[in-house]
Amino acid sequence: MKNNVVIIDKSDNVATAIKDLSEGEVLVGEVELGIKALQAIPFGHKVALKDIKRGEEVIKYGEPIGVATVDIRAGEHVHIHNLEGRRGRGDQKGGES
Amino acid sequence: MSELLGYWRPDGQVGIRNHLAIISSVVCANRGTELIAEAVPGAVPIIHQHGCAQIGADMEMVFRTLEGTGKNPNVGAALVVGLGCESVDAETLASRIAESEKPVDFVSIQKSGGTLRAIEEGIRKAKNMAQLLWKNEREPFGWDKLILGTECGGSDTTSGLAANPATGRVADRVVELGGTVILSETTEIIGAEHVMARRAATPELAEKFLELIDQVEKRYMRLGVDFRGGNPAPGNIKGGLTTLEEKSLGAIHKAGTSIFHELLDYAQRPTKKGWL
Repeated sequence: MKNNVVIIDKSDNVATAIKDLSEGEVLVGEVELGIKALQAIPFGHKVALKDIKRGEEVIKYGEPIGVATVDIRAGEHVHIHNLEGRRGRGDQKGGES
Repeated sequence: MSELLGYWRPDGQVGIRNHLAIISSVVCANRGTELIAEAVPGAVPIIHQHGCAQIGADMEMVFRTLEGTGKNPNVGAALVVGLGCESVDAETLASRIAESEKPVDFVSIQKSGGTLRAIEEGIRKAKNMAQLLWKNEREPFGWDKLILGTECGGSDTTSGLAANPATGRVADRVVELGGTVILSETTEIIGAEHVMARRAATPELAEKFLELIDQVEKRYMRLGVDFRGGNPAPGNIKGGLTTLEEKSLGAIHKAGTSIFHELLDYAQRPTKKGWL
């Protein structure tokens, strides 16, 4: 089966969709991942590879790209509705420097 | 590998292009600059929103940027167009560019006696320069003379997966061959700076680099606004990029894997080779 997601680093907890994924579609990286997409996920967007708790770091490229703002389940779409960055947050008092 | 061909400039730099640059020294001279460029085939207008009511470091930055544009080896000749009363005055700018020993001249709208006369004078001068440029021929040059600048635009998640890593491979190869590659867009390093700092040529450079990124971020924080929506931009977000860190981690891929040797301020000339 041809892959439909890309995992950049082995420590990543999200993968990137390289085709539009439909709800229920099985994620396939270099091997079948045993996870189903819980909703439709557009090309280029991220999908969780494991459960991520609220406040936990989301890892891509082997580095943190932000934190989960709510609990995320494996197979869920990960984007601005449940992930936020910590850098350049002038809106937060005493934000990251 | 086939040899590189380019235009050797009097100051020893080599250009890939042979542009005739019509450079506006001040926003009021923009229209005149455009009209002169339109009348001369191959001329490139350089216009901007600065040049007046500026003092100190602000003014010097505009001078440096326009001077750098004129001195760029891709520019074969330059004509500066000013109004006559501006802070970044055309004559001074032209003389600074002339340090490169390429053909440079200027027109001042007020000195010429008005816009129409200045445009006429500018077109005559530009046509003479264009004829000089037609005589330039491309000749072989070595990789040590090549400077490659990298930029991105319209980033989405494929940028960090495909376009930027591909550019990074080219960057590595150019550096290996003795050329220079410049990575820019400082805000899009925020979130990835620790990855890049490991590749500084010296610990002092790494420290200076981290401090610089910190300052850039603090400057934006002082505005009291949330970066998001600005960077990543709405188009980036639609394309799947969620956070600034994610964008930066993808963006730095276009710099390849070499170590970097110099940190350049805006409009500063490189003094070293390799990755900067």
